[in-house]
Amino acid sequence: MDTTQNISNSTEALKAKQLMLEIKDLRKSFGDNHVLNGFNLELFEGENLVIMGKSGSGKSVMIKCLVGLMQADSGSIKIMGQEINTLNHADLDILRTEIGFLFQGSALYDSMTVRENLEFPLRRHKHKFGNISDTTELVHEALENVGLLDAINLMPAELSGGMKRRVALARTLILKPKIILYDEPTSGLDPITSKEIIELMRRVQNQYKTSSLIITHDVDCARVVSERIILLVDGVNYAEGSYAELEASDNDQVKAFFK
Amino acid sequence: MSRSKNIKSFFIEIGELSLFAQRFFTELFTRPFEFKELLRQCYKIGNQSILLVGVTGFIIGLVMTLQTRPTLEGFGAESWMPSMVSLSIIREIGPVIIALTFAGRIASGIGAELGSMRVTEQIDAMEVSGTNPFKFLVVTRILAATLMLPLLVLLGDAIALFGSYIIENIKGEVSFMLYFNKVFKILAFADIIPATIKTFFFGFAIALVGCFKGYNCEKGTVGVGAAANSAVVFSSMLLFILDFIAVFVTDIFFEL
Repeated sequence: MDTTQNISNSTEALKAKQLMLEIKDLRKSFGDNHVLNGFNLELFEGENLVIMGKSGSGKSVMIKCLVGLMQADSGSIKIMGQEINTLNHADLDILRTEIGFLFQGSALYDSMTVRENLEFPLRRHKHKFGNISDTTELVHEALENVGLLDAINLMPAELSGGMKRRVALARTLILKPKIILYDEPTSGLDPITSKEIIELMRRVQNQYKTSSLIITHDVDCARVVSERIILLVDGVNYAEGSYAELEASDNDQVKAFFK
Repeated sequence: MSRSKNIKSFFIEIGELSLFAQRFFTELFTRPFEFKELLRQCYKIGNQSILLVGVTGFIIGLVMTLQTRPTLEGFGAESWMPSMVSLSIIREIGPVIIALTFAGRIASGIGAELGSMRVTEQIDAMEVSGTNPFKFLVVTRILAATLMLPLLVLLGDAIALFGSYIIENIKGEVSFMLYFNKVFKILAFADIIPATIKTFFFGFAIALVGCFKGYNCEKGTVGVGAAANSAVVFSSMLLFILDFIAVFVTDIFFEL
């Protein structure tokens, strides 16, 4: 039974666009802990979709299932029309080059400089750029887009939290993905740095024309970047709509997110 | 936890370690090969252990000679010192002690490094970027340790013999030529080859356990500490088991 409170008037308009990502009836349990209980999602070309939910509601598990870091118990995940559960490792790696993932803690490689961090994803996927031998131009372009070209030779330990997040975003962008997944992009950052990251996300989305799936508890982040929001409660879609629509909802559980 | 659960979890871990080793051999022979990272790891594991191995070897040589000399002197057999010390060092003491110090440094280092990469999602980030993290992080480290430990043991053995010579020179006024003449007279390939072959297995086991513990580290800083700690304990224990097997097999083929 579909219990989702569809508050949106704009979903129909989106359906005219190409479907980039589709999740159907996704389920995942850890022993007796049922984290995802039939989650559904559709992400369209160029759309910015925010997933909100309390801690433990299954947001991070869902995003890990999406990129194949975790195996779902059942359900279907289609990325640009390809069912990821049926792909072999090599094909999944190729598909992953179309998906950027910004990790919650940035996940920069400690033992590598900023340049090496950005060059790392290019090692096996230069074919996307015609097997170029010199990747300097791509690295410079990605760092310029996040305003950190001066930090190219620094180690991650020498960067502040905000700078790390920006370098991580540059690393995410270097393969020019069609979809970007953001896992709590502003968590652990002060309000000013959070605003800078949110502004950067908007700029990147406009420049690269990517589809974005953003997982966050940050209401300000959701307000600024989202075109559509899905509220995830107990591993299922609870409500869906634009920020304004959800904020105006009479439902107590929906209102609790926007206080 | 009850004793039966402890035993069960021990055997589960042995099974998982065996599957991890199996995956190493599968990935070792499949493309793409990470030569650049392998060379970097050989440099890191080999070069950065030289001082530790050198000091350890030198002290083994000094202490063994100082401790053994009075007993041999009592029998008037001090001329046997070079032969006895060299056989002990080359066959057993050198490989085992150097491998143990190597385990303390390398297994804990690999366990902590991969463990912290796991908890900070760096391994996930590699996988998502389309790079096989097992091949990049695990295969290169295990192969580098397997290749580097035998070289370090040969170096450590040579330094230990030099340490022994210094004591012999001070206490018994034995010349460099005489000392090493006696050493090479007693040593045969049957002493050096099995002792060197077993160090390949020692290096493999140390890095395998370090990588296994780090790669499968539980979340949190406690998990990283536990991974580093159990990597040293488990690899040291494994070293003694492998040493027993190696000596047993050597006895069959070379009649010790």
